[in-house]
Amino acid sequence: MLQVNNLTTYFYQEDSVVKAVDDVSFSVKPGEILGILGESGSGKSTIAHSILRLIYPPGKIVSGEVIFNGQDLLQLSEEAMIKIRGAKISMVFQDPFTSLNPVYTVGDQIAEAIQLHQGLKRKAAWDKAIQMLETVHIKEPGSRIKDYPHQFSGGMRQRVMIAMALACQPELLIADEPTTALDVTIQAEILNLLKEIQQKFNLSVIYITHNFGIIKALCQNVIVLYKGRVVEKGTVEAVLSSPQNAYTKRLIACLEVLKT
Amino acid sequence: MLRNKFAIFGLLVLGFFVLVAIFAPLIAPYDPGEIVESETLPPSFAHPFGTDDLGRDILSRAIYGARISLTVGIVAVTIAILIGTLFGAFAGYFGGWVDGIVMRFVDVMLSFPSIFLILAIQAMLTPNIYNVMIVIGLTSWMGVARLVRGEFLKIRELQYVEAAKAIGCSNPRIIFRHMLPNAQAPIIVAATLGMAGAILTESALSFLGMGVQPPMPSWGNMLMDAQAYMRDAPWMAIIPGLLILVTVLSLYFVGEGLREALDPRR
Repeated sequence: MLQVNNLTTYFYQEDSVVKAVDDVSFSVKPGEILGILGESGSGKSTIAHSILRLIYPPGKIVSGEVIFNGQDLLQLSEEAMIKIRGAKISMVFQDPFTSLNPVYTVGDQIAEAIQLHQGLKRKAAWDKAIQMLETVHIKEPGSRIKDYPHQFSGGMRQRVMIAMALACQPELLIADEPTTALDVTIQAEILNLLKEIQQKFNLSVIYITHNFGIIKALCQNVIVLYKGRVVEKGTVEAVLSSPQNAYTKRLIACLEVLKT
Repeated sequence: MLRNKFAIFGLLVLGFFVLVAIFAPLIAPYDPGEIVESETLPPSFAHPFGTDDLGRDILSRAIYGARISLTVGIVAVTIAILIGTLFGAFAGYFGGWVDGIVMRFVDVMLSFPSIFLILAIQAMLTPNIYNVMIVIGLTSWMGVARLVRGEFLKIRELQYVEAAKAIGCSNPRIIFRHMLPNAQAPIIVAATLGMAGAILTESALSFLGMGVQPPMPSWGNMLMDAQAYMRDAPWMAIIPGLLILVTVLSLYFVGEGLREALDPRR
């Protein structure tokens, strides 16, 4: 369903070019969870932003293709792209504390996506937003929906973000380190929720993280990024049992150290 | 903000002046243009603020003058805020060459000595109260533009802006629905302080004869009328001068109070 070919995104600085994503190719099948693993600055978030075309100067998508359901997203007009964001492909962000707008209720924000893409009236959109809060297991969704983001805890906000991302039944969800900013126990809850929802809606998911443990628990296939390049790709078992690349071996060694 | 005594004082004074301005015809003892007594009478029981060089009641003129001065302040500031917010928002949001062009234009506007620019424009147009409001508005939006640009530069890095993009919001929607409400606190403060500036500019213009035209009373042109009588009838200058001072001071107090109350660090 998603095929990324030779994606290359650069950031231009005064006198140098940062090759954030360099000739990256991978694919995501329907209903698959693909893990993208890499350290900070390896270009994993830039891949996510490039797929949704959320790259702004000084950054630029230099070349490549992002084929989504047979269409190259990089060739679409901005108007056509707006209809895809949130409706067909949506994204959950890293920091739940700044990713909700403080001046609107969570209901407003979930309903906004629904109103934008499905043309529902406010009332119908709100009813749907309540359903979505229920789907992400927020208790008393009917009253919580009128609350502002600051009245929610970090884990709850991330649930709201997931509800917002899923409100229009997208086919692909990009999760950009959604649990990095959360406590370990809350992390596990959010991961379980993602897994549950992925199965319920038969979603395709790209899960971006620097944590091999999460990849192991969640994904079937994984690509490993290092300095903007794919250094390893394959099923999680294959990569774990016989890593080909020195960087991947070091990552796995870290995992072993932590276990003992 | 209610803990700030100065701000409360300012708010009460302004509230009082606004009420006076709204109900001017009911409150004023005389018609502001009517010659009711002999000239330059000192304050007395019948005329608490005295009479002016034509024998008009200064209290009545001051009350109607409040109308003019406050209206000029409000309208001019509204124009300045609208223009400044629009330019600042677009510059801060889009950055790059949009930002470059808008901010250089702001720099150019700021390097004009604005009072002379206003005087030149007023000299070309008929100097009436509407032109005064528009011209003051058109020459005082640059500070607001800079302020709003700064806020937008800050806000656009926040993740909820990215999240709004990711659910498919268009640029205008992100600017006006998602970012502007988060930038409103400094804009409100700027509006309050800007109003003080606008009232002062109006007074200066009217004092120079390029603002509100007689017989319509404004605090500024009452001051102008007083020029020749400073020795014989000082109350003619003291009354409008004090009114301008108190109003502007109140606006500054309220502006400072708002700044403190809306400051997220507190």
